[in-house]
Amino acid sequence: MEPFTILTSRTVVLPGANIDTDQIIPARFLTTTTREGLGRHLFADWRYLPDGTPRGDFVLNSPQARGCRILVAGRNFGCGSSREHAPWALADYGFRAVISTELADIFSSNCLKNGLLPVTVDEPTSAWLIAHPGAEVTLDVSAGTLTLPTGRAVSFPLEAFARRCLLQGVDELGYLLERRHEIEAYERRA
Amino acid sequence: MARAPQTLFDKVWRAHEVSAESADSPAVLYIDLHLIHEVTSPQAFAVLRERGLTVRRPERTLATMDHSTPTLTAQVFGGTPIALDAARRQVRELEVNCAEFGVELLGLTHSQRGIVHIIGPELGLTQPGKTIVCGDSHTSTHGAVGALAFGIGTTEVGHALATQCLLQRKPRTLAVNVSGELRAGVTAKDLILAIIGRLGVSGGTGHVIEYRGETIRALDMDERMTVCNMSIEAGARAGMIGPDETTYRYLEGRPRSPRGAAWERALEAWRALPTDALARFDREVGLNAAAVEPMITYGTNPGMVIPIGGTIPQRSGDAAFSQALTYMGLTPGQPIRDQPVNVVFLGSCTNARLSDLRSAAGLLRGRRIAPGLRMLVVPGSQQVKRQAEAEGLDRVFLEAGAEWRESGCSMCLGMNGDVVGRGEYSVSTSNRNFEGRQGSGARTLLASPLTAAACAVRGRVTDPRELM
Repeated sequence: MEPFTILTSRTVVLPGANIDTDQIIPARFLTTTTREGLGRHLFADWRYLPDGTPRGDFVLNSPQARGCRILVAGRNFGCGSSREHAPWALADYGFRAVISTELADIFSSNCLKNGLLPVTVDEPTSAWLIAHPGAEVTLDVSAGTLTLPTGRAVSFPLEAFARRCLLQGVDELGYLLERRHEIEAYERRA
Repeated sequence: MARAPQTLFDKVWRAHEVSAESADSPAVLYIDLHLIHEVTSPQAFAVLRERGLTVRRPERTLATMDHSTPTLTAQVFGGTPIALDAARRQVRELEVNCAEFGVELLGLTHSQRGIVHIIGPELGLTQPGKTIVCGDSHTSTHGAVGALAFGIGTTEVGHALATQCLLQRKPRTLAVNVSGELRAGVTAKDLILAIIGRLGVSGGTGHVIEYRGETIRALDMDERMTVCNMSIEAGARAGMIGPDETTYRYLEGRPRSPRGAAWERALEAWRALPTDALARFDREVGLNAAAVEPMITYGTNPGMVIPIGGTIPQRSGDAAFSQALTYMGLTPGQPIRDQPVNVVFLGSCTNARLSDLRSAAGLLRGRRIAPGLRMLVVPGSQQVKRQAEAEGLDRVFLEAGAEWRESGCSMCLGMNGDVVGRGEYSVSTSNRNFEGRQGSGARTLLASPLTAAACAVRGRVTDPRELM
């Protein structure tokens, strides 16, 4: 995985609470057997009309959304199904970070495995971001800070191991495989 | 010094630490049982192949197919091909992967196939004190026997296949204490919907729930599974119930339960698992079961739930709430009762066990479903299907005008050909009423099998107690 240190980007805002992974990627697209190419189905039912044409009123279809790599979403983003297709679709579309006041557990864990930074912030920061779509913000993984265009920097929690994995591009499977002797010892005593 | 009192969760967690967590690194947690299915495993096997890895403990891994599989008998047993190309490909790919990596597969035509969370307990593979994972969020179901069971993503499926371990931070604990007796016509499904209504859809985030109290003790295993199944709908990755005599009676004699001396040893270990009297939880919530009514959802997440006699709430200034009601075509202040219904789905890992089918059939016996309504009954496993047929339940459903299918996830998530049409109202015994969950534009009302059967008879949202 590519190291993730600092990201500066404009934001796209989806303000609703409880956006579930069925919205991020509907189940009918889970029949794939690869990770690639899911970006075109991201938010499919909100993004396209039933005949497949893009809906003009959906934020990802606006010209301002082009090139934005940070998604700001309402509380409890990513709830529901454990499908890793959700972060695959977000990452394939081009997002590298998701900001909310609260992110669902499995979704958050899945994001970290795909170089997608899950960022939780307090209510006032979230409210500011939601009120300022397109704001250019900077995420610093090493410092654990989100810097707003106002110059205000707020810190966000990031588990120590996850931080190391992001900064150094550490591969978790490689890390687990290196624990082989401990796993064998556990299996002998269990 | 005496050992500090521990919760059920603490005991299971500690017993599976290959290494404990520290400030710098998460715990390495050993996984006793890894269940896999066709939708969330292909990319994990691809990683194994790319890196030249094997499945570390194939005997601790069991595969089945349920999500994208058809439920029409001819498509399952080969009379006609699987209609969806992509599903056919996924089924084939799982067969190839299991053969190549030496993983046991209960394949499409196997007599023990079924929804992964139904067959684990049914086979006796799901046991107290085990750590169980699966690439599916409703893995929480298995916690009903006192296992620590949670859903994982596909990358972690790869980790579990290759190392039999996962890297995990220890979650916090939440006790949900339930007292009082459920009234007639009120089921375990209504109870868990009421609990989700109380906690909210993210109230359990970061926590493992333990359901406790006299009401929970009085539930049978099928009911306990319904409760634990929907823990994730409150945001909790896992839900657990302390094992007791009900648990042991359920497990004894199942095909993969321990036998003879091994059973006695297992029992002794299981009896030490329940939460110690003085153990502390990070949070506790209480609920009076005697006050719970038959519940039904009206919105687009399971926390948007009301008693069936209630009215749709007002929440002015909440854009997401208004959007949900617009999607549902419902208005604040409107009673949910008598809302016309197009489809009734009886199935899913939440409510497709034998007792669920019996409960719905009991109400449907001698009655017909409403004209123009479609009712799909999909047993949770092939074994449930056979048992139901041996009792004549299939006849009850067919004579009432419902469709009787082969097992699978079916219309719970509509990726297998079983879908609800755009704009149609579905009363469903499944677990999610998200926008589009049962098909693009479908409008889902979650309820118990009993309520679903009552709605099927009247063609409108109906309190089952009116027909009992």
